[in-house]
Amino acid sequence: MSKKESSFINMVVTLLIITLIAGLSLGFVNDITKGPKAKAKLERKIKALKMVLPEFTNNPVADIKLVKSEKAKDSVEMYPAYSEKNWVGTAVVGSTYKGFSGLIKLMIGFKQDGTIQNVAVLEQKETPGLGTKMKDEKFISQYRDKNLESFNIKVKKDGGEIDALTGATITSRAFSEAVQMAYDEFLKSEMRNAER
Amino acid sequence: MITTIDQKQNFIKGIIKENPVFVMLLGMCPTLGVTSSAFNGLGMGVATLFVLLMSNIVVSLVKSQIPSKVRIPAFIIIIASFVTIVEMVLEAFIPFLYEQLGIFIPLIVVNCLILGRAEAFASKQNLYSSIIDALGMGIGFVLALTLLGATREILGNGSLFELKFVAENANTFILFILPPGAFIALAYLAAVFNKFTIKT
Repeated sequence: MSKKESSFINMVVTLLIITLIAGLSLGFVNDITKGPKAKAKLERKIKALKMVLPEFTNNPVADIKLVKSEKAKDSVEMYPAYSEKNWVGTAVVGSTYKGFSGLIKLMIGFKQDGTIQNVAVLEQKETPGLGTKMKDEKFISQYRDKNLESFNIKVKKDGGEIDALTGATITSRAFSEAVQMAYDEFLKSEMRNAER
Repeated sequence: MITTIDQKQNFIKGIIKENPVFVMLLGMCPTLGVTSSAFNGLGMGVATLFVLLMSNIVVSLVKSQIPSKVRIPAFIIIIASFVTIVEMVLEAFIPFLYEQLGIFIPLIVVNCLILGRAEAFASKQNLYSSIIDALGMGIGFVLALTLLGATREILGNGSLFELKFVAENANTFILFILPPGAFIALAYLAAVFNKFTIKT
């Protein structure tokens, strides 16, 4: 097919040149996209924070606290919210690998007393049309304004009070688990204990 | 070496006579994996089209410089570079689509459609024919994936491009958005497609 002879030297040289060009162009594209990539990620985070927290005036992303937890692989992210220097609540990133297709990452906003303000879905790979319905208002509203002190967050099949999604019990269960984990971390957080 | 080919034929063959999905059954992994909705199918198709076009262009340009014993590794590096570029650009500018396609973007590298065209076509033909070939094959792939995604979404979720046309709680064929539904839908679509296109 190609006219060039396959000698050892020209094979090595050809591959070297190709990888060199490929490497250089990838580095170049990486430089261009680095900024927008970080910006897109931050924007998503801020949008989720605005959704789950009471009104705040500080920058929760700057005040982030990382807490080690035995339940999660990475440390748990906590975003405290202040309004005029008064602590109004904290958003906690709860995650679990027990979703139908692995990782589910949620952001849960707690008010001072531990009541859930709102829940936002950050990452998920659930089955489209089944598990993805956990993003729907109908499902998430079950968690809103609930305090886990008095509310059993488990799905009804497990003796709790949450209506599982049709055909996606595993997803619903994992969702509740992630919320529970975030709540446990919230209870432990210094912010809340200082307030008491 | 280069035989003159009818460019119109060259373009059409990718869409009908040698349609990569329905006739050649190439690139089954992304085909079956991401087509749970019409939008995902379209997104995956367009990403693949871009990689296919760019790799065909480059392979056709450098074909006479590459010793034939290392041509496959060379093609893979070229393809992998373009896939990585697509991945970075998607993540930066279309994060929504990036999240939806997830693991399937890096897997474009091993999509045999792309390597197949590089090996069987672009490394033997001139630049112009290779571009036409990539466009034809790529558009055939986009159409097939979108059609498959649309079929599965309509049957499985009662919607098309996220627009729902059945009641909120209506029962749909959930099977079709689950993995087995991909095989069933593909088989029926391929059968119908071949019935109308293959002349005996």
